[in-house]
This record gives sequence, C-alpha cells and structure tokens, in this order.
Amino acid sequence: MAEKSMIRAEILSQERIASQIYSMWLKAEPIARAAVPGQFVSVYSNDSGRMLPRPISICETNPERGALRLVYRVVGAGTAEFSGYQAGDRLDILGPLGNGFPLDRCQNGRTAFLIGGGIGIPPMVELSRRLKGRALAVAGYRDELFLAEELAAYGELRIAVEDASLSAAEPYGVTHGNVLDCIRQNHLHADVIYACGPTPMLRAVKAYAQENRIECWLSLEQRMACGFGACLACVCESAAADPHSQVKNKRVCKEGPVFAAEDVIL
Amino acid sequence: MISTRVSIAGVELKNPVMTASGTFGSGMEYGEFVDLSRLGAVVTKGVANVPWPGNPTPRVAEIRGGMMNAIGLQNPGVETFCSRDLPFLEQFDTAVVVNVCGHTTEEYVEVVERLSEEKRVDLLEINISCPNVRCGGISFGQNPESVEEITREIKKHAKQPVIMKLSPNVTDITELARAAEAGGADAISMINTLTGMKIDVNRRTFALANQTGGVSGPAIHPIAVRMVYQSAQAVQIPIIGMGGITSAQDALEFILAGATAVAVGTANFRNPHTTIEVIDGVEDYMRCQNVEDIRTLIGAVK
Repeated sequence: MAEKSMIRAEILSQERIASQIYSMWLKAEPIARAAVPGQFVSVYSNDSGRMLPRPISICETNPERGALRLVYRVVGAGTAEFSGYQAGDRLDILGPLGNGFPLDRCQNGRTAFLIGGGIGIPPMVELSRRLKGRALAVAGYRDELFLAEELAAYGELRIAVEDASLSAAEPYGVTHGNVLDCIRQNHLHADVIYACGPTPMLRAVKAYAQENRIECWLSLEQRMACGFGACLACVCESAAADPHSQVKNKRVCKEGPVFAAEDVIL
Repeated sequence: MISTRVSIAGVELKNPVMTASGTFGSGMEYGEFVDLSRLGAVVTKGVANVPWPGNPTPRVAEIRGGMMNAIGLQNPGVETFCSRDLPFLEQFDTAVVVNVCGHTTEEYVEVVERLSEEKRVDLLEINISCPNVRCGGISFGQNPESVEEITREIKKHAKQPVIMKLSPNVTDITELARAAEAGGADAISMINTLTGMKIDVNRRTFALANQTGGVSGPAIHPIAVRMVYQSAQAVQIPIIGMGGITSAQDALEFILAGATAVAVGTANFRNPHTTIEVIDGVEDYMRCQNVEDIRTLIGAVK
C-alpha cells in the first residue's frame, strides 16, 4: 500500500453544495497521487482542544494539480470549524488511509452499481472516475441533491429520493424511494456492487446482493481515534476471526473501510 | 553533554519518554511516523492470556481537551503477542514494557509466567485499573488490600521487574501506591483514565456503547500531576507519570513532581510524532536551563 503522508495542506477552494454539505479542494500532492477510490484522510482541527482527527472520505482527486476533494457533512464542532475555512487557509491532513475499493473487480465489459446513500455518496465520484468497466451510480438522497453532475459526467446516474416533491424537478432519472427501489423499478443489473452509506442501507444492499448472487463490497463508517490501526476504536464485527485481532473484529480504518459484504456482520 | 538516562528497577532507559498503554498498539502502526529506537520505552497495549474481543462500538468520543474511550482491552492474546509483536519490537533499540491484563489473579499470573520466558521483555506493567472492564481490572485496583495481594502474587511469578498501574478513581491514590509498594512492586505508573460519561443530546443516547468510559488527554493533566506529586511523597519506588502530556513542558511537570519517567498517550492520536517532539523538547529545556543530568530534576519542584 502507498505510503501515508502528513501534510499541512492549503485549501484551494471551499463551497457549500447543499444545506449542511461542504466541498473542499486541498493541495495535497502526495496524497492525491497515491489515493485510490474509497480511501479516506484524517483531518486535524486547528484548535488544540480538539484531540481527535475527523476521518473524511476522498471524493475526488486531481493528480495533475496535486489536489484532493473532500465532501463532508457538518455534524459537530470539528466539521463546523472546517466549513469556516476558505482558500488560503490550512489544515493538517494524514492519508491516504484504509484500503479502498477493489477496482480490478470491474474491468471492461462488466457493469458495477455504485450505490451511495447520503454522505456515503462522495467516494462514488472518484470510483466512477477511475473504474474501467461501466459505472452505474445509484445515489440515494433525502431531499437535496449534491454531486449528481459529477456522477453523471463520469458514468451513468440513477437517483432515489425520499422526498416525493423532488422527483419531478430533477433532470436525472429519479425514483421516489430508496436505492433498492430504484434498482428494482428500473430493472437495473450489475456484475458487482460497491456501496457506501448508512448501515440500514448497507444491510439491505448486502441482502439484495446475496439474493441475486452479486459480488458486493461495502464501505463502513465507525468512530475513530488514531485512524491508522493502533487504537482499536473503530472495529466492526467480522464473520470469521481476524488474523490481526484473533477475534471476530476487524479495524475499519486498517482492514477497511471497504469489506467484502460476506466478511462483515452489520 | 547532557544525560537524559534514567533507570526503572535496574532497567536503563535512554530517556524518560515512554508510550502510554493502549494508545500505541505494539508500535507497528507508529513505525511509519516515529523511529521507535529513539523512545525510552514502548509500552504495549494490554495483553491477556487469551484473545479478548473488547466492548461494543462506539468505543471513543471526543471531549473538550481530550477524549473518552471504552475499548475494553481488546487484544490478540499472549501467544500471538509473543510470536508476532515481540519479534517486531526486537528490531529496535528501546526498552519493551508489556502491559498485562486479566479478569482474575490466575489470568494475570498466566500471562506473567508466559512472558517470563521472553528475553525481549524488559518490564511488566500490570493493569489493575482499567475502568472499562467490569470484572477484573478496576475491581483489583480500587482497594488497597487487593492491590497489595495481587502485587505480591504477581511478584512471586514474575521474572521481570513489575510496575503496578494505578487507578485515579479512588479517594486517596497514595493508599494504593503504598499498597503496591508493600506488595513488592518495583515501580508504579499513574494515572490510568478517569471514569466519565458523555451524552449525545441530539440522539439522547450515551456517546459510548459502554455508557461510561475513561477520560484522557490534556483535560486531566493537572489531576495526574497532583497525584504523582502526592504519591512521590508516600513511596520510595519510582513513579512513571502520565495523563494528558502533549509537550515537553507537560512531561517536565511530571518529572519535577517526582516521576522518574513519563508516558505519552492520547496526544499520539492528534499527532503521531508527539513522543519525539517531547524527547527533543526535554533536551532543549535541559540545554536552556543548564541541566546536565535529568535525574536532578526528579521531584525537584520547590
């Protein structure tokens, strides 16, 4: 795996792309060059009273510009602080961290579902950009779209929304319901699934993949402290004993965040 | 020429800076950031006789100036530790302190006996103070009689010198320090985390699945310094001070309060290079203050 870099990164731009969702481009050359889709970075607060880094998935990279895009939701004081920074401000970041999605599982001639729910959508942008096979993104939103243009530009896009009033207003194929309603109602098919989103969604995607015998990769989220495998905070339950832990626990930050669906218990 | 060398129960450390158990794994994950040979000692995460699964998640939460954890001493067990982690540590010129945990005296003794065969283990740190494991851990650590008893029992079986790690979740920590000394401990380390609770008001749930967790980080530093100072007046054995160290200044406070060595914990999560920055900072301080031998600073607060 590529080496991690700790960088004092300059923010190139920041914009709000939905109510609580922000998009930040950072100058982080070694990370932008090394990152694969599905990996994340640890973002450290500039306030020394906030001790723990925030793990944020990599939304997109631009290796030529040495730039990294993070799209994140403001959920607490740390992310609120990040959202207040502008071009020229700096943040310490460490990455790339975690394993990332296995790109080789979808070569030319194969189709992949890129299923993203809510703040699980951002990593699907880089995945869509880098996948050799056909990338069919299925994005689930509550009531506000974001990153839809990017997903439509890099691959194909279907959208599921919970809020019915949104359905008519959008130019993309919109289904009222969840991501699996969208797949079923539109009779979509794929050879492999990559998914990231809330646990109930991942659980349903795993069941759908099992029923239809489709290879499935899930990106999990968990509260973290160190971000690189030392503290054992961010474990998930695994189907079999893990060689590192010797118990049925895997580290989301190290063995993950992407797991074969059958290897994890949700 | 300055000397940062200190000695704990006959084990020479090139400098007094160690890692705090549970924040550093067995050092493997930090090897990318830190030259482990520069550390006074690597203190491993707690090791039990068999693999432990630990607590449900979420296991950590942030607080102002620190964090809370309830990992629950997840560990791969002493056999995997000896076959995988010890050979890794062998590559480095640093002291190895193995933190030992258990539910019963027998479990502690089993690990201590297994480790006595391992030449690479320099010191044992006995964790009788984890607040996140109900049976064992804290149940030994809050009562002076049981601290003395378990210390004596472990000393019977241990080949390496024994450090007893004390809990701050007591009325008077000096009673525990005296009990450990009376039981034959070669050193004490303090403090383990302070038991706390955090509530997520939006979800109206506990922030940690375990409900309570151990508070660590800069927020607890003055409490830890006070406890080290009080214990240094109460016992003759060396003290390893820890609790919220983020800088050389924080480490020097412990040394001036009476600690022979110090350990960096939570700060490793914010900055994985903290241990090295503390070592460099202590040397800078000694040069600026014309201190030739760090041992002259131990307990030197006026």
